[in-house]
Amino acid sequence: MNQPILKIVDLRVYYHVEAGAVKAVDGVDLDLQPGVKLGLVGESGSGKSTMALALMRMIKEPGKIEGGQMILDGTDLMTLNTEQMRHVRLSQLSMIPQGAMNSLHPLLRIEDQIIDGIRDHDRTLTKAELHERAGILLESVELTRRVGRMYPHELSGGMKQRACMAIAISMHPQLIIADEPTSALDVVIQRQVMETLDRLQVELDLSIILIGHDMGLMAQFVDRLAVMYAGRLMELGDTLALFEEPLHGYTQMLIESLPVLENKGVFTGIPGITPSLLDVPPGCVFHTRCPEATQECREIVPAFRELRPGHWVACHRHGVVEA
Amino acid sequence: MGSFFSYVRRNPALGWGLGILVFLLLFSYGGRILINPEDAFALATKTDLPPTLDREALAKIGEMPTLKGKLDQLRLGLREVFGTDSQGKSLLASIVLGTGLTLQIGAIAGAIGIGIGTVLGFFSGYYAGTVFDNIVTSLVDVVLTMPGFLVLVLIASSVADPDNMTVVTMGLVVSVTAWAFPTRAIRSQVLSMRQRPFVMMAKLSAMSGPEIILKELMPNLLPYLVMSLANSVYGGVMGSLGLQGLGIGDRRQPYLGMIIWWIQYYSAFLRGMWWWILEPVIIIILLLTGLILISFGLDEIANPRTRRSV
Amino acid sequence: MTSLLELKDVTKVFGKKNAYTVALDHMSIGMPEDFPYIITIAGESGSGKTTMGMLLLGFYTPSSGEVLYRGKNIHELGRQEMFSFRQDVQAVFQDPFAVYNPFYKVDNLLSIPIKNFGLATSRRQSRELMERALNGVGLRPEETLGRYPHQLSGGQRQRIAVARALLLKPKLLITDEPVSMVDASLRATLLKALRSLNQDFGIPIIYITHDLTTAYHVSDYIVILYHGSVMEAGDVDPIIRDPKHPYTQLLVGSIPWPDPRRPWGDTNIAFPKSVAFDEAAPGCKFAPRCPLVFEPCMAERPPLFQLDDGRAASCYLYQSDETVVREDLMDLFPRKDEVEAAAD
Repeated sequence: MNQPILKIVDLRVYYHVEAGAVKAVDGVDLDLQPGVKLGLVGESGSGKSTMALALMRMIKEPGKIEGGQMILDGTDLMTLNTEQMRHVRLSQLSMIPQGAMNSLHPLLRIEDQIIDGIRDHDRTLTKAELHERAGILLESVELTRRVGRMYPHELSGGMKQRACMAIAISMHPQLIIADEPTSALDVVIQRQVMETLDRLQVELDLSIILIGHDMGLMAQFVDRLAVMYAGRLMELGDTLALFEEPLHGYTQMLIESLPVLENKGVFTGIPGITPSLLDVPPGCVFHTRCPEATQECREIVPAFRELRPGHWVACHRHGVVEA
Repeated sequence: MGSFFSYVRRNPALGWGLGILVFLLLFSYGGRILINPEDAFALATKTDLPPTLDREALAKIGEMPTLKGKLDQLRLGLREVFGTDSQGKSLLASIVLGTGLTLQIGAIAGAIGIGIGTVLGFFSGYYAGTVFDNIVTSLVDVVLTMPGFLVLVLIASSVADPDNMTVVTMGLVVSVTAWAFPTRAIRSQVLSMRQRPFVMMAKLSAMSGPEIILKELMPNLLPYLVMSLANSVYGGVMGSLGLQGLGIGDRRQPYLGMIIWWIQYYSAFLRGMWWWILEPVIIIILLLTGLILISFGLDEIANPRTRRSV
Repeated sequence: MTSLLELKDVTKVFGKKNAYTVALDHMSIGMPEDFPYIITIAGESGSGKTTMGMLLLGFYTPSSGEVLYRGKNIHELGRQEMFSFRQDVQAVFQDPFAVYNPFYKVDNLLSIPIKNFGLATSRRQSRELMERALNGVGLRPEETLGRYPHQLSGGQRQRIAVARALLLKPKLLITDEPVSMVDASLRATLLKALRSLNQDFGIPIIYITHDLTTAYHVSDYIVILYHGSVMEAGDVDPIIRDPKHPYTQLLVGSIPWPDPRRPWGDTNIAFPKSVAFDEAAPGCKFAPRCPLVFEPCMAERPPLFQLDDGRAASCYLYQSDETVVREDLMDLFPRKDEVEAAAD
């Protein structure tokens, strides 16, 4: 087994507000092999967006990374200072953010924004070389070079998102975090953008973490899938295995609630509501909504363990194991 | 009350603004104890005195048998503590009374400005596009494009007998231009708010137009309305100071702006009468700053970023 | 029979002379009130689906054509008739936060229509109605009533909005993306509530959405809109399983089904070029992007052609003598109750 490109160990991110500590990420362990697309799926209030920010070390007050390690290609990102982290961002680890509309500078041309990032990391390139690089990048995300001279407001949603992708791959990073990159896009554009990302992943041998709430998108795109709920991981495994045989109650109920062609007219939701991250239930966080919850589930936090090769789950149904 | 103070701590502009205003109110109304109102008029005492304390008079306080007597002596002692002007007016008395008068004018102008502004603003905004709205908007545009102050001067000078203008009349005069900006500001808020889904829901619940304005829109715009009130008061005060500074109004009354008039009339600058110049200016700056700070502070409440739970 | 609510050759244009958008283009559809149906109005952003909802609710005025309530123009209704219109036609909107006035408690959303429509004679009765409606959508009154909107989750708020419809039992419910801003696990519960409104209480529902998966699940009929015009319309089952119009094929082919065994890769769809839409161009609106475009497409707008299985497609590929006269789109939908009766 190769060295994982990313190894997250017991990551904790809390937001300290007046009412207490919001435990957005509460002990997440995750390995990502190089060249693999990993999906991180969760609903609102699951903590998945916080994960993205934490990996980029862009958590701001009142949030704080309380503990844990994020080892990217052998280096623990928590040990880096500001300057070193800045270097890591874009050249080794980059992000395609949610809502491309807001992450592009409205007053700069697209190619200038691409060049900005490159120039920050490599001052040896000449103006002509930078221009050429920007052009190649745009073409690689299926935009014409002409787009480089345009301003963000002249582009459509899908084009803006692809411009963000061009910036994200400009320094040929090893890992890209895509945080709900298509949530604001129409379904046809969504497929186009995701297929572009897919192609890029193969061409540049990237590792990708796709964060989102759309199980359908995950099923279509990622190789491995991690399910997050109330700040913790419930299950992690190969996408096909997860869909065919979900080991965790939450995963199971989630999949069952999704509309597919075969189950027309059948509506099975998950009863109850997601707990507030300020006041997480004891034991297994999901026990308040799980139809099979036992006394152990209410008291003992289940360990996140590898039940089958490559298939991890935190659930006492497979034997009570304390975290 | 506690939550109010904790909020004020986070919003220093509002806190300081309110604090200044409270201070000025205390100064102008509480301060009356320290003065004899007649001293605010000409020939009350010696002229052109820099700030002095009449120690002899103050020393005699102890000798006075009655409280009233003591108070009179105190007032005598303090009469020249702010100095006097070239007509022999006690500046302490003038400024204490003048601040009160200016606040009253501001209140009148503010009330009228916000009163008209609210009604016109809400209805023209909610019924945008109708004839009523078009009339109101055109009127507002005209008033706002006019050189407001010059109009005030014109109106004030043509009022029957400007030399005997009362406080109320002056308040009414300056409110002629004070209503326009609030109307436009409120109208634009209403324009954007009426497209919001909760207004659509209200319509679907068979609520009538005026009902929606009163029950749905107004509560949401309360901070904005109060801010508009602060702005109207500010506009009214500025207008009145300007008119008085030009000598328009009853020149015998101790208006703050009128002190400015007299300063120019008696060439106080050339004669180096620094106390006469500084004192009203400081009070005016305090008053205007207080109003602006309140306006800033309210702006923060009026335009909050929507806070969602994590 | 007169429809309850009808769009009669309605066109809605936004913008000015040189920069205008035709949001809805000569739409004629009438909603009957004698049988409960769920019809989806589907399309991407810019298709005109939300505009259609707004026109039906009377929040937009048509640029041409009329919106009729029981035969009368809704913009010319008297007080009494307007009241009756509001009683009969209700809505659920997309954003679970924006439908609440942040100044008031959430009870307001329910108590005001109860009061205005005279559904209860006492406060106790009003409270009972509210509690029953909340239970009907799986909410506990003690956890929701008396709270302010920001104190509840998005899912709870949206459920209250649906409970409102349950309470009012309108003759027609128009829903605009009711589940798109709600978590996946909650969607099924909400859709179930809507379906129950339809089946148990006989309330017809117009379901406006861009999400074809939920549309497939919850509705009987579907109308696919593109830039304000109908591309395909009919029974939802055949249209999603076997789309005929090239645009519908593109849409359905782009759906990310939550089934790793049915990957996108299998559905080979030619991606349309990115072309700016020209409002003034004659011919089929989808022609500039259509992979199957041929000669007649560019010349004139294709009318709706009737296909064998009870659907209609606005595409020259299906040219036949059976043109659907666009008097009323609803006419071409086979009535579910009649079909079932015939099948017995």
